[in-house]
Amino acid sequence: MKTLKNAYENIGLPRLIIGLFFIFLIVTSIALGFSPAALFSDVVRRWLMYGTLVLAMVPGIQSGIGLNFGISLGISAGIFGSVIAMEISFLQNWNETLGAGAAWLTLLLALLFGIVMAAALGTLYGLLLNRVKGSEMTVSTYVGFSVIAFMNIVWLSLAFKNGELSWPLQGQGLRNTASLSGSFGGLLSNPDVVQTTQPRWLHWLAFRVGEFTVPLGLILVFGFLCFIVWVFFRSKLGIAMSGAGENQLFTTSSGINVDRKRIQGTAISTVLGAVGIILYAQTYGFLQLYNAPLMMGFASVASILIGGASVRRAKISHVLIGTLLFQGILVTALPVVNEVIEIGTLPEVLRIIISNGIILYALTKTKGGNQ
Amino acid sequence: MSKTTTFLKKTGSFLFDNKVMIAFAAICVAAIILSGSPISFVMDGVFTRITRNTFTVLALIIPVLAGLGLNFGIVIGAIAAQIAVFWVVYWGFGGFNGMLLSALIATPLAVLFGYLVGRLFNRVKGAEMIAGLILGYFADGLYQLFFLVIIGGIIPVNNPKLIISGGVGVKNTIDLTGNLKYSIDAVRMVDIVTVLFYAVLAVTVIKVVLHLLKKYRLTRGDLIFFGAMAVLFAISYIPVVERFLSTDRLGLLNALIVVLVILAVMQLVKIVKAIWIDKEKPKTLVKPILMLLVFGAIYGLTYIPQIEQVLMFVKLPVLPFLLIAGLCWFNHRLLSTRLGQNMRTVGQSQSVAMASGINVDQTRVLAMVISTVLASWGQLIFLQNIGTFSTYGAHTQIAQFAIAALLVGGASVQKATNKQAIIGVILFHTLFIVAPQAGKELFNNAQIGEYFRVFVSYGVIALSLAMHAWKKFKKEEQPSSELPNPEESNLAPAAE
Repeated sequence: MKTLKNAYENIGLPRLIIGLFFIFLIVTSIALGFSPAALFSDVVRRWLMYGTLVLAMVPGIQSGIGLNFGISLGISAGIFGSVIAMEISFLQNWNETLGAGAAWLTLLLALLFGIVMAAALGTLYGLLLNRVKGSEMTVSTYVGFSVIAFMNIVWLSLAFKNGELSWPLQGQGLRNTASLSGSFGGLLSNPDVVQTTQPRWLHWLAFRVGEFTVPLGLILVFGFLCFIVWVFFRSKLGIAMSGAGENQLFTTSSGINVDRKRIQGTAISTVLGAVGIILYAQTYGFLQLYNAPLMMGFASVASILIGGASVRRAKISHVLIGTLLFQGILVTALPVVNEVIEIGTLPEVLRIIISNGIILYALTKTKGGNQ
Repeated sequence: MSKTTTFLKKTGSFLFDNKVMIAFAAICVAAIILSGSPISFVMDGVFTRITRNTFTVLALIIPVLAGLGLNFGIVIGAIAAQIAVFWVVYWGFGGFNGMLLSALIATPLAVLFGYLVGRLFNRVKGAEMIAGLILGYFADGLYQLFFLVIIGGIIPVNNPKLIISGGVGVKNTIDLTGNLKYSIDAVRMVDIVTVLFYAVLAVTVIKVVLHLLKKYRLTRGDLIFFGAMAVLFAISYIPVVERFLSTDRLGLLNALIVVLVILAVMQLVKIVKAIWIDKEKPKTLVKPILMLLVFGAIYGLTYIPQIEQVLMFVKLPVLPFLLIAGLCWFNHRLLSTRLGQNMRTVGQSQSVAMASGINVDQTRVLAMVISTVLASWGQLIFLQNIGTFSTYGAHTQIAQFAIAALLVGGASVQKATNKQAIIGVILFHTLFIVAPQAGKELFNNAQIGEYFRVFVSYGVIALSLAMHAWKKFKKEEQPSSELPNPEESNLAPAAE
């Protein structure tokens, strides 16, 4: 009895409800005759697709800035890096000269640009957040919104030559959604892309076992990122950062510069956001510009909270569990809902209610994060 | 020498205090010039948007006063209004009666919602704004669930004009033409005067009865007020006046003249009072006389053909403007009541309020209830003026735009006045009207202008939140032994 109660307290009511709902959806969809392999492939794909963006929440929470709604900053940096890399690839005509390597070079270049930009922006952003201690979440939400709105103007003013990116016959402005099929789309996760464009010795990156798709490349990359973050928070630097988030006074008195730790945490979070959106786009196969990333920060925040994180503490396990539950529900809800009632937007409504409901719940639990 | 320095200092501090507003005004002027739009077009658009949006922006002032910050939860008031509008249209009501019914349904809903929001805000003290923002999205989710699934799915409905062809869920847009469109705008002045007269008559009769029962003492003011109303009512029967009043729109020129006459009469009363009743020194007369001259000069300006043309072009719906004026008066009057004072104390310091025996939580809930109800009425005014009800979009941006407008007017998280709300609406919506055209002229792309205005609305909120948080953080970092400077915090009058 006692262990049961302990287990319940460890899991927490919201996670329990959402977990049961997820299981209910899986059972229903299998009962309705959907192929379990296809369903689980989809769940795994979405899990990995959003994983890094959720992982980006961990350094933010640990270093004490709270739920980083301003992840849009990193997302914008990542998208910017991608479009620049794609344009360079097009201008240098890498597809002709490099063959199968073109996609890899574009991806690496996108990551490089994205990370450098995100590190610079994240540092500035951390400086700002140090000046608004206690109200980080409100400020970061609107900084995030402003950045997306500003980037809209940038996307609209860029005049690129690459036809995948720019509108035909206009000379100015980028598309809403750019296909990555001629670039790094699906390079780590889509068996069709890997089997057709890559040499034989790379075919292990993504393959099928029966109906089930194994995006091994993406699993390895995401696993590696999780591992790095995990190791980092066990290093001296990481422990100091967690200390800064946990108890400012104590950490200051032990000679650690709390403000600098917060800036580092913010910068790492922003960099992971940039990497996250590039991995997201490569899995999805499309690069979404303009307002598409506006609410992505909210989805990431909701995911890690569903996983059991609080405004003050977050672990890698929270990332894994939360993303699985949140994305899993969204993936499985769609076919089930379509079978029961024909309202295509219902999963979207569900997403809005679950994600914002869980954030509100977390805010009330911690008195708005201002303990 | 010292006089010039104080003058410079004063101008400097005026510029500093109003920096947001001044910067924004400069952007607006630049955008108007760049866009090359005719002034009459801009003016017409701006006044239409003042009609639509000012009421909602004014609904934000009371929570600021009570220390709840910028109320992102007004979305929920708008949702209450939209639920009411849907059912009223579904039942087939229209016109002013339909609007009254909408208000009758929306108000209790908004009271309930406001109460719940207030309770929630009491659990997240210090993070009301982020909680309000998230709550707005959450409520939007529930609203979509209600309109997409429950209406038709659970509540049986049958109306092919409003319901999606499958029989479940409400369509994307509901046309209000022929039912609620212009139901407030189109109320004739004659009717307003008549209703006002009967209302004042009823109040006066009650007062007289109470006077006779010795429960109330009639004052001379009561009688003068009633007399003035009676005279106004009588005048409305003069054919010329009646013809003038039997329209629902007032030309901006006429409106300006009416306002100028009222202001001039007020100044004259002041002069008369000063000379014959209070017998004050002639020095006190300088200001009223100067004001009179200014009014005269403004009136003179209306004879310049260009200005006259613009003023003749713009027509104002009368009742919405009276409602806006009424709300300004309410915000202003509330301050001198006990409740308003309590709210202000709570807004300054919850611990001080608690020590002086004020029920802090209750006061905060009350502020939220009032704000939510006002927001729902504001949304009714908005919907009837715009004429098409976008079922899933009409409420989503309301908090965003209302708050941005208020901040543009120079308000902050801790201080907001009627004046700032009105200036903010004018500036913010001027930019909204001219930005696409300016973008087209400047970058050969109207979309850039549109994105620019969105960027401005987010940016101004981000900036003002950051500045507020910075100030608060600095105050906490260096805990001064003194109390906060009253002029900086919200001790200053919140409604002027």
